[in-house]
Amino acid sequence: MPTPAAATADLAAVARSIRRRVFEHVMRNGGGYLSQACSSAEIFAALYGRILRLGPSQAPMRPVPFPGAPSAANPDYVSGGAYNGPHAPEYDRFIFSPAHYALVLYTALIEFGRLAEDALEQFNRDGSTVEMIGAEHSPGVETTTGSLAQAISQAGGIALGRRLKGEPGRVWVMMSDGEFQEGQVWEAVQALVHHRLDHLAVIADVNGQQCDGAMDDVMTVGSLAAKLHAFGARVVEVDGHDVDALVAAGEFRPDGRPLFVLARTDPARGVPLMRERAPNLHYLRFASDEERARYQAAFDAFDEEA
Amino acid sequence: MERVQRPHVENFIRWAADKPKVVVVSADLTNSCEVGKWRDTYPDRFFSLGMAEQNLMGFAAGLAREGFEPYVHTFAVFIYRRPYDQLAMSIAYPNLPVRLMAFLPGITTPGGVTHQAIEDVAIMRATPNMTVLETGDATEVESVLDVAHAVDGPVYVRFLRGVVPRLFPRSEPMELGRARVLHEGDDVTVLTAGITTEEAMRAVPALADAGVRATHLHVSTHKPFDDPTVLDALRRARHGVVTLENHTIVGGLGSAVAELMAENAIGKPLVRLGLRDTYAHGASQAYLMRAYGLDALALVRGVERVTGRDTGLSEDDLAQVRVEAVHSLAKAEAL
Repeated sequence: MPTPAAATADLAAVARSIRRRVFEHVMRNGGGYLSQACSSAEIFAALYGRILRLGPSQAPMRPVPFPGAPSAANPDYVSGGAYNGPHAPEYDRFIFSPAHYALVLYTALIEFGRLAEDALEQFNRDGSTVEMIGAEHSPGVETTTGSLAQAISQAGGIALGRRLKGEPGRVWVMMSDGEFQEGQVWEAVQALVHHRLDHLAVIADVNGQQCDGAMDDVMTVGSLAAKLHAFGARVVEVDGHDVDALVAAGEFRPDGRPLFVLARTDPARGVPLMRERAPNLHYLRFASDEERARYQAAFDAFDEEA
Repeated sequence: MERVQRPHVENFIRWAADKPKVVVVSADLTNSCEVGKWRDTYPDRFFSLGMAEQNLMGFAAGLAREGFEPYVHTFAVFIYRRPYDQLAMSIAYPNLPVRLMAFLPGITTPGGVTHQAIEDVAIMRATPNMTVLETGDATEVESVLDVAHAVDGPVYVRFLRGVVPRLFPRSEPMELGRARVLHEGDDVTVLTAGITTEEAMRAVPALADAGVRATHLHVSTHKPFDDPTVLDALRRARHGVVTLENHTIVGGLGSAVAELMAENAIGKPLVRLGLRDTYAHGASQAYLMRAYGLDALALVRGVERVTGRDTGLSEDDLAQVRVEAVHSLAKAEAL
């Protein structure tokens, strides 16, 4: 069931709340993946609030402890995909690729009433499924994608399988732009185009950042739009902080080509203090008590604005 | 001995006829893996994914998640070597029923080092959730499909193509976790798999004639490796054990036997024959089996090491031994 925030259709407010929750958690834990929330909060708000056609969550509001790795001998393994609702022909599937965005995903699930607020207490705790990077037992996670660029291929197979079964539901993949450095992504793009999987759509957080810093310093990828066009894909470029634009991009009519929504974003959005760290934005660690105090002040100000 | 031309071609078409969830994903080696006619017979169930194996693994995983049973057909090296991370994370971790039909095991190809899968059993054995099978003749090429189909999880199959001997009667299909007892004797125990079984079937009768009696087991399931028949055969060997594998001696059949012997306190000599921690190169199978010590003569010398006896056997003695199709002794009443 949607939370009141979503019911008021104020997805921008939801995005702000995602950012605030992640910021709060990062302050409480003395660091974390904050810039990913800054850049992708509107993307997650738009996906869960409007774009994805999902049924109600099939999973407990409070996640179960880690039930052991999947195996033929382990009937207790659970799918984190159950938080995105049942698998049914008419529903979309959500495949989450940049697994280190897990905290953003969890907060989005909280915002939309699919996960209890206090589930974050289990984040990165021993024995928990609410893992820092996670796998397919983690809430909202259907495939194991911490080794980046594997989601798009798995989603391609899912999309092909759904087409074979005649299912009308779409397959949405959320990616980060750094993943496009992996050759596998381009293997996948050519396969999606070749097999005309036009009910598969990727929404990419194009924040220009990766672990070592700015992508342009680490490995230039050039124009993703031009490259994707050259492969024969369908490309839409939007302001990734404009929820209306994101939602509009999500309302597409299949035309024989896989869709790539390139959402240009700011990795310091909402927390301008982060710009001082650029290009070292991937994981926020406080170098000193003084720096922590400045971020605490920024968080307090963020809270007051909200 | 019967030699069968491309047994997989028609058998796989027949077998898949009443299994609509069986699909094939291919990586530009379709005819090389004997599924060209399958593609033409079932075009709606065949998916060409090109020379792009990382993506292929993900597509196979996704199809499996949607209830299909993908049979990946490509060369072994392009399954376990090139896209290993994708194989491990997209397929093996979630325990998906993807069947990895791995062609050109070991030195069965003149394609050289890039095409010779010499450490695949080691890597696949070390991969959690993976079942690891190896075909040794036409009957196993035909019956491994039922074995793989019944496994709840991913299966890696060392697959033979082209002209394949029929060593075992059709009435004795491959069984999961069940070694075939091809010869019995108390002096030594010999374990082989894949193409080395035919070699041992030439060596073992010659050894018997020379007064060395061997128990010979043909192994088709590398993992799980818990067959009581194997353990019994290791225990009964008076002098020791010899393994012969089309693979590096690190991590494959010889290592699996060593693990079993150590864990069961079977303190006897073990000679592991196979590639001795080396790559091979491009040449004929017969040449490579001689050069790297994978043939019948190498096995005789290995048995001599274990027993401390010179059998006096030479290559000429082995060449005269005919290999006939054998009925496995691995029946319940024979155990």
